[in-house]
Amino acid sequence: MDQFIINLLFVGGSFALYIGIAIWAKAGSTSDFYVAGGGIHPITNGAAIGADWMSAASFISMAGLIAAGGYANSTFLMGWTGGYVLLAMLLAPYLRKFGKFTVPEFIGDRYYSQNARLVAVICLIVASVTYVIGQMAGAGVAFSRFLEVDATLGLIIAAVVIFLYAVMGGMKGITYTQVAQYCVLIVAYTIPAVFISIQLTGNPIPGLGMFSTHTESGLPLLTKLNQVITDLGFNEYTADVDNKLNMVLFTLTLMIGTAGLPHVIIRFFTVPKVADARWSGGWALIFIALLYLTAPAVASMARLNLMTTIYPDGTAAAPIEYDERPQWVREWEVTGLIQYEDKNNDGRIQLYNDVPSFEEEAEARGWEGNELVVNRDILVLANPEIANLPGWVIGLIAAGGLAAALSTAAGLLLAISSAISHDLIKGRINPAISDKGELLAARISMAVAIVVATYLGANPPGFAAQVVALAFGIAAASLFPALMMGIFSKRVNNKGAIAGMLSGLVFTLAYIFVYKGWLFIPGTNNLADIPENWVLGISPLSIGAIGAIVNFAVAFTVSNATEEPPIEIQELVESVRYPRGAGGATDH
Amino acid sequence: MSGHDYDAVNYWKANLRLIFGSLIVWALVSYGFAILLRPMIAGIPVGGTDLGFWFAQQGSILTFIVLIFHYAWRMNRLDEKFGVHEE
Repeated sequence: MDQFIINLLFVGGSFALYIGIAIWAKAGSTSDFYVAGGGIHPITNGAAIGADWMSAASFISMAGLIAAGGYANSTFLMGWTGGYVLLAMLLAPYLRKFGKFTVPEFIGDRYYSQNARLVAVICLIVASVTYVIGQMAGAGVAFSRFLEVDATLGLIIAAVVIFLYAVMGGMKGITYTQVAQYCVLIVAYTIPAVFISIQLTGNPIPGLGMFSTHTESGLPLLTKLNQVITDLGFNEYTADVDNKLNMVLFTLTLMIGTAGLPHVIIRFFTVPKVADARWSGGWALIFIALLYLTAPAVASMARLNLMTTIYPDGTAAAPIEYDERPQWVREWEVTGLIQYEDKNNDGRIQLYNDVPSFEEEAEARGWEGNELVVNRDILVLANPEIANLPGWVIGLIAAGGLAAALSTAAGLLLAISSAISHDLIKGRINPAISDKGELLAARISMAVAIVVATYLGANPPGFAAQVVALAFGIAAASLFPALMMGIFSKRVNNKGAIAGMLSGLVFTLAYIFVYKGWLFIPGTNNLADIPENWVLGISPLSIGAIGAIVNFAVAFTVSNATEEPPIEIQELVESVRYPRGAGGATDH
Repeated sequence: MSGHDYDAVNYWKANLRLIFGSLIVWALVSYGFAILLRPMIAGIPVGGTDLGFWFAQQGSILTFIVLIFHYAWRMNRLDEKFGVHEE
């Protein structure tokens, strides 16, 4: 069967499933729409959190990042999982006990301030919108590669599907589609990895195969990989990093940012009890780990596979002739994501690290520069082709990549629309609005958010690649500290919290903008974004953790210099600490 | 629940102790073994590389899972012991 038909069957089949769920899980009240009625089982919620959390970045890009950076990019593995420990112990159970619908609502009530709530809404919208652009763009790319449609048309198809289940079903529809999407994405990610692991090591579990013996050479796989790539002038895959401060801060920023991202936090509002919120965190991390323990294996094995494809007779022998390149290289060349240029006109593909320390050896071999550029994002998508797997696995990968992008986009869109309908419209503009009126407002906000996200996904602003740093920086420096202090301190008052959030935010944004350009406008940066210019070697991507510390410090200082919070607020803090009497998430 | 209830105070203290202990382990496996202490434990080989690399790519994630389930289990017992659990 033609590959296009197979892809169409897999993607079409999965979409039909999502729409079927949407019709079955229609939201009848604001409680259904915001928190799925509060009756989701913790394991179901764990799977939904897994899909909500694992985005196009986790599914498509992460393995490529690790393959390229080796040990140094372990930061993503630890950073994007370690945040769940913080969530499960420091935020989720208490916010579930508080029992309201949105994250800004907690901040507004706890700090008895509509202004604090507004600051939280702005932080939420900026962090979530920047994040959703990447998801929509990712969905467009997946469509254009696998279904051979124009990326914009693909994006519109994806938007219509999200519209159907998110606008109709709200959190209820999103929860059950996310569970289905989790199943699709984890199967799609695991199957090619298992086959590749068996081919290379004979071990069917990729996470273990990575640390076992490479069948062909008899050496441990990672030792073999280190050998091959150092022969070609690259750093060792397992090499340690020099700038440990930056590595620590970057990991910490990802962890705190993960814990502070509202679209993840609101998923914990959907379970019946406080105890369930704790279990949910554990289940979520198990579901996430199934992919995250496989990702480093995919990374190392794909890197080795790529090298042995180009150098079939070993690194000391001549590389492969361009005319003999495998089929998958030809196909990805069409997309421009693999590029070849025969610099020394020998008809062969020289792939090596073009650095001064390797110049002498390259010259001796008659090489005049690295000739093959492989976009690291294609690694997971090309995996089944690299391993010569049958066509249906490729169809599965297409459906999996789309599931990852759509599930995260839907979660983000719900966080945005509930902040608008619940925190802005009901909270500020029209507090007397009826439940039915608010439900309609929530649906309209969702529809508008989808249109805006689709437009931005089709016309991504030039800074799209930079903005993920912004999302994590903002979540880490503004939302996480405000939430944590709201639970663990009775002393932090409205003035302290607002001063803390604003100073954490301004500090973080300023540091990012100094290197990346003010509002990301090219050419407006004060310093070039190179390690030599970074203060103490701290990259703009790692600054969120320092921003969080600034937030904590300012909030405590200002609070201690001003009056104590009113007694009823101290009682509110007291009450979120004890699970008894949680009840369902409510409006009142 | 009143803030001056003796049991409530001890319940919260027990929770804080548990969180503190968990976060020490959380930091030790990720920031410790996987990053800062990696050179110190580099002599321990794991499948073609060293223990620190394993913690960075897999060990810390596995530890995080154990930490959360351990916390949930202990807290649910504390809830019952102090009578603050939900019916």
